[in-house]
Amino acid sequence: MRYSVQIEETGEVYACTEQQSLLWGLAQLGRKGIPLGCRGGGCGVCKVAITQGDYQTGPMSAAHVTPEERQSGVVLACRCYPRGDLSLRVLGKMQRTVCAPGGGDAAKASEQHQPAVQ
Amino acid sequence: MAMTGVLRPGHVQMRVLDLEESIHFYTNVLGLIETGRDSQGRVYFKAWDERDHNSVLIRQADTAGLDFVGFKVDSVATLDQLEADLKAYGVMTERIPAGEMLETGDRVRFLLPTGHTFELYAEKTDIGNGQPYVNPEAWIPAAEHGIAPVRFDHLLCYGPDIEKAQAILQDVLGFYLVEHIELEDGSGDLAIWLSTSIKAHDIAFVRHPEPGKLHHVSFLLDSWEKVLRAADLMSINRVSIDIGPTRHGVTRGTTIYAFDPSGNRFETFCGGYQSYPDGKPIKWTMGDVGRGIFYHDRALNDTFLSVVT
Ligand code: FES
Ligand SMILES: [Fe+2]
Repeated sequence: MRYSVQIEETGEVYACTEQQSLLWGLAQLGRKGIPLGCRGGGCGVCKVAITQGDYQTGPMSAAHVTPEERQSGVVLACRCYPRGDLSLRVLGKMQRTVCAPGGGDAAKASEQHQPAVQ
Repeated sequence: MAMTGVLRPGHVQMRVLDLEESIHFYTNVLGLIETGRDSQGRVYFKAWDERDHNSVLIRQADTAGLDFVGFKVDSVATLDQLEADLKAYGVMTERIPAGEMLETGDRVRFLLPTGHTFELYAEKTDIGNGQPYVNPEAWIPAAEHGIAPVRFDHLLCYGPDIEKAQAILQDVLGFYLVEHIELEDGSGDLAIWLSTSIKAHDIAFVRHPEPGKLHHVSFLLDSWEKVLRAADLMSINRVSIDIGPTRHGVTRGTTIYAFDPSGNRFETFCGGYQSYPDGKPIKWTMGDVGRGIFYHDRALNDTFLSVVT
């Protein structure tokens, strides 16, 4: 089954199957700098809030998503699989990358503790 | 001179989010050998060519990351001496009694200023590498099961105050600096690679605001070819790869960074030059840091400084 996922901030819509994580689908947008982090629910870079729709989750670190947050639909996108059409908001470290007009480069330049690299 | 004092990183304990999934990964994908389980629910592994009972422990938790790393020392007398030396240096230590970890003697535990729990121990039962000590073969079938590293080799830790951790490791425990990346303003280092042996590094640190973070645990392979074989196995098993196969400028090791099912980064590593304590440390500048970390890409990837557990 193929579902559509809408990014609320930008209005963009992408397709994602039941077996594919929301992060995988997001990365398929090809936006430069979308961080494919650990993809195991451990590092917390892919935090999103599901505002609408059904989904299933795998194990994810409580250091990045508290039980209360989870109740309110906050998940790590790499451990979240759609079970219907979804709408989401991007949180945390990924926000600047997904929502910045310049994509990855703008996000990188504003990253605080990231030293300048060529 | 023989190698004395602190010998090598001997065990590491990591938290995983799903124990069964992780046991499958560490056994069949990474290709470690399970050697035990304890009453705390920890699962013990070793690489095929390691002789001591365990080198990697995992436990189920609601967060990923590193619980502690333990370095083996050459004798009980050395353990007692280093414990006294640490105390004299102003480091608070704690004794974990023998047997708390399976087949492992007393451990002396302390907290590094970077927020990492560091242990020293002298005894771990030698269960052998599956070969007799008289007239052995070159390898055993376990050497081909999964990625099958030879040993747990080193780890890279992220945290603040790396110069304070460096001081303790150098001044008290006898480590020496092999390579470092100097911050642009010359106020200190972004990263340091320390050795307690003739390896290019036994432990490394990157300066990072959050304490106690794990960047990767590294496993040694014999050849570049085996690193490429590891990459194939990662694809066959749909393991998330961070970067590689490639080479580091620092240490010159060939490498792949990838993630275990809980997002703990691991490295399959080969080579690196041999170092000696009298060698002059190699310095990298921020202008060339990309080449230092990833020699072929000549740039850091998005995840190097930001994705840790
Ligand atoms: S990519 Fe690390 S938690 Fe999702
Ligand atoms: Fe490494």
